[in-house]
Amino acid sequence: MGPKLKQSYHHSVTVKVNEQMGTKRGYTFIQANRAWLPKFLLLWVMVMAFLSTWIYKKMDADNKVRRKEVLTSMCDQRARMLQDQFSVSVNHVHALAILVSTFHYYKDPSAIDQETFAEYTARTAFERPLLSGVAYAERVKHSEREKFERQHGWTIKTMKREPSPIRDEYAPVIFSQETVSYIESLDMMSGEEDRENILRARATGKAVLTSPFRLLGSHHLGVVLTFPVYKSKLPPKPTVEDRIEATAGYLGGAFDVESLVENLLGQLAGNQAILVNVYDITNSSDHLIMYGHQNQDGDLALLHESKLDFGDPFRKHQMICRYHQKAPTSWTALTTAFLFFVICLLVGYILYGAAIHIVKVEDDFHEMQELMVRAEAADVAKSQFLATVSHEIRTPMNGILGMLALLLDTDLSSTQRDYAQTAQVCGKALITLINEVLDRAKIEAGKLELETVPFDLRSILDDVLSLFSEKSRNKGLELAVFVSDKVPEMVMGDPGRFRQIITNLVGNSVKFTERGHILVKVHVAENPKPKDDAKAEIRLNGVSDAGALISGGCQYNTLSGYEAADERNSWDSFRHLVTTEALQNDASEKMTAADEASRSVTLMVSVEDTGIGIPLIAQDRVFTPFMQADSSTSRNYGGTGIGLSITKCLVELMGGHISFISRPQVGSTFSFTTVFGRCKKASRSDTKKSNAEDLPSGFRGLKAIVVDGKPVRAAVTRYHLKRLGMLVEVANNVKIAASAYGKNGSSCGSKIQPDIVLVEKDSWLSVEDGCLSLRMLDRKQNGRMFTLPKMILLATNITNAELEKAKAAGFADTTIMKPLRASMVAACLQQVLETGKSLPGKGMLNGPSVLGSLLCGKRILVVDDNMVNRRVAAGALKKFGAAVECAESGKAALKLLQLPHGFDACFMDIQMPEMDGFEATRRIRMLESQANEQMNGDTDKGSGRKDKWHLPILAMTADVIHATYDECLKCGMDGYVSKPFEEENLYQAVAKFFKTKPISDS
Amino acid sequence: MAIAALKTQRRNLVQSMFDEGVLDNQFNQLQDLQDSSNPNFVEEVISLFCNDAERIITELNRYLNDQNVEFSKLDSYVHQLKGSSSSIGAYRLKLACVNLRQASEERNMEECAGAFNSIRREYYVVRSKLQVLIQLERHIVNLENQQ
Repeated sequence: MGPKLKQSYHHSVTVKVNEQMGTKRGYTFIQANRAWLPKFLLLWVMVMAFLSTWIYKKMDADNKVRRKEVLTSMCDQRARMLQDQFSVSVNHVHALAILVSTFHYYKDPSAIDQETFAEYTARTAFERPLLSGVAYAERVKHSEREKFERQHGWTIKTMKREPSPIRDEYAPVIFSQETVSYIESLDMMSGEEDRENILRARATGKAVLTSPFRLLGSHHLGVVLTFPVYKSKLPPKPTVEDRIEATAGYLGGAFDVESLVENLLGQLAGNQAILVNVYDITNSSDHLIMYGHQNQDGDLALLHESKLDFGDPFRKHQMICRYHQKAPTSWTALTTAFLFFVICLLVGYILYGAAIHIVKVEDDFHEMQELMVRAEAADVAKSQFLATVSHEIRTPMNGILGMLALLLDTDLSSTQRDYAQTAQVCGKALITLINEVLDRAKIEAGKLELETVPFDLRSILDDVLSLFSEKSRNKGLELAVFVSDKVPEMVMGDPGRFRQIITNLVGNSVKFTERGHILVKVHVAENPKPKDDAKAEIRLNGVSDAGALISGGCQYNTLSGYEAADERNSWDSFRHLVTTEALQNDASEKMTAADEASRSVTLMVSVEDTGIGIPLIAQDRVFTPFMQADSSTSRNYGGTGIGLSITKCLVELMGGHISFISRPQVGSTFSFTTVFGRCKKASRSDTKKSNAEDLPSGFRGLKAIVVDGKPVRAAVTRYHLKRLGMLVEVANNVKIAASAYGKNGSSCGSKIQPDIVLVEKDSWLSVEDGCLSLRMLDRKQNGRMFTLPKMILLATNITNAELEKAKAAGFADTTIMKPLRASMVAACLQQVLETGKSLPGKGMLNGPSVLGSLLCGKRILVVDDNMVNRRVAAGALKKFGAAVECAESGKAALKLLQLPHGFDACFMDIQMPEMDGFEATRRIRMLESQANEQMNGDTDKGSGRKDKWHLPILAMTADVIHATYDECLKCGMDGYVSKPFEEENLYQAVAKFFKTKPISDS
Repeated sequence: MAIAALKTQRRNLVQSMFDEGVLDNQFNQLQDLQDSSNPNFVEEVISLFCNDAERIITELNRYLNDQNVEFSKLDSYVHQLKGSSSSIGAYRLKLACVNLRQASEERNMEECAGAFNSIRREYYVVRSKLQVLIQLERHIVNLENQQ
């Protein structure tokens, strides 16, 4: 398992590195596109600029539309008003025309003369604000000219104020408003414009307009309105000829368009803002301006045309409006867009900054990570260096120590010897320190490899205890170990490291404890029992509890009676543990079956002492290397402070964790958990022999009474005796024991008579008289019939005087000095009981010389697909006298191994084509189990022959690693040998079952 | 005296093979296994080994020249050769086998070819030397029988 552990460690390191690499590679989006960041920013700015422009354009367009609407409405309004006013004037002129026709022609004589007309028109001038003046011209035919001239007393003149040439018709002005009196007697038909107007007016009967021209007098642009006046009433639907015939004259007025429009515009709001032009567009190719300047600048981009209808269908007019000034720059739009752009720019920049920052932070992070990895690597390197150096120091140190030892063997003077001894002690101290440092460094460098071998935990604990027994005895400390029954006998793990942990902890405890006790306790961490059961059991055992409490009442219920730091370790919980186990033992078959199922067991180990404790302030750095409680500690007690940190590391390597509870001046309890593998049943029988210390089995079934007032201590004693297979009862004091014993005696062995009574020294001393009487009682009652039970005194330390006293009292056949250890107890008991028959010795057959005798005459099957290997293996085995047969494949082997067969063992190659060694073994085992079942069925009632088919199968493998070994065991192999054969290795493998076999046979 | 000279020669040959790393300690063990009850053991094993190795090398050559190398087959053959060579103690051949296995695990054709060449080379070296050794053995046996 060692290499495997190491492997996994390295694996974990690589995984770690990989993870780091992984995070390194796992760039965020920002990090991955870091090169694009400025481009992103640029793109952002561009997009935002575009957006701002768009916003500006849109707002500007809105403005323009509004502006246009305003212009349209203003223009239309003006046009409408102009039109209205115009039509009002036209109506009035119409009315005037009717007036003239009514009063001038229908009345005879005429009711109107120039004077009347002038006055009337003057008084009604306000009705015609647009007309500069009106005049009436009579139609005069050439034939009537003379008569007309005579009648009026003036000659008809042309516009140029010359006597009119001869024409067909004349239209001299006869009435005129005073404002235009200068046109009286002028022939209106002499002007081209007027003539056309007159002709058109009398033909249509409606008001007609001239094209604009400069008016006489004012020189404003204007138009002349002409209305026909008819002499007689017109027939309905008159023809043009009718109209011309009926025409009596023409009423005309000049519209001063310029001032008209000027006035009009003056009345309206927004006059300044817009520019108005009025055109006569009768001739569509040549627009004649009626108002406004042709070449006025203004906003040429925007204009609005409104149609004007002045009531003359022949003439068309329009009004064109435009703004005076160009559209003002839209500041709102501009500002809005600009602000938007600025904000977006800022946002973009903030995002960019954030991204840059993230990139930087991530870069830093990665850098730090790399640094961390490097730092860790450096740390590991340091530890490796330390490990190497320590190792290098150790080698010469061993030389020095060895030489010193040799030196001490020589003839030395006392001074020289003293020096040499001092040097040796120092050297030993140094090498211990170096070993510790080496351990620590190894752990840190990940070089420490844990073994996985089966070992007996209890014997290791005993060993550790024996290490400290001298010291503890000198200090008068109770040192004890208790292992719960549920803890498997053999566990898989690293015994050396486990021993180291325990040694460290117990060593510490011994060092720091001056009085009281040190108790090492091991139990299974997961207690499968539900709490209710446990409580019920406490009640069940209530009676004996009471006794226990009374006898030890004044003190704490701990091993020595001193207070312990961790209350959980006191008798309450301890009893609970013991009793539950006692009950569970009945159902142990079931339990173990269940336990076997899980491959590992978690053990809880606690080391409790009643020492000086750890100061509260120092408690959190107890496990830090080279840290002691305080500097005075090392002065008083010595030590480097490295032990606990190593212990912690080891515990963690074993898959557990360590903690402690400590109260200054009360004591400390260190508890740790470890995970051990369970031993396979198959391998247990093999490994136990070689690994565990053999406890003599000669005490099996003996009955013992332990007399002890302290239940914890009694439980410890009982534990050790139980390991020897003894039946143990506990009595709280001598009297109870005596009475129990007496009862037994009198009832003549209805119960088994105790063979041994073990009495704790304290209990004996407290009731010395009582025990004396006990002894006497015994003598009387049982002297004849039974062998006396052996009395044994248990003591931590005993003075000679006390010992003498005890002997004198005849109480103790012998004294067992604590700390108790199963083997020591066994030795003492053996001495006492004189059952010292030769125990099954461990006289190992040594060396390969016996290999021949082991293998001689055995039939062995070698299975290997490789011819050469097969031959070599066969040769090697033959050399030791075995009869060898070969098979070249798993299938062939199966054929040969059909039951019943005569083979004693099989060597199986693992890697073979078709059927590998594992598979072949599995099948062989299957065959065997079938055969065994069948046989059991046959012979069950009979002899109960135990000899089952089980062919020892050994794997032959080139790569000897534990994983393969495990695999071998899993598929039912019994062991493995390395390939090619090495004698020693072969011997060890073969010896396991060839040695045990004859014993079981005999 | 001839026998003694031949034995010295044999010892020197074996020693030189050890020194060159062609053989390792396993060969010693192999020699130990040969005794009166099994007088031709070493020779027998060597010839077995040679036949086996030649067969495997032929196979390896075939597989390596394939378009699509069947690495699993290749691997199992190399494993066999490695087993044989470690049984006989042909140390350098074994190393070459290990190299080829590694290369085949990495699916590295170039290294495979290189390792295969070194296998062939090592095999010829070990075969020629072992054959010399066998000749010596036979001489010795013959001379001993004559006496």
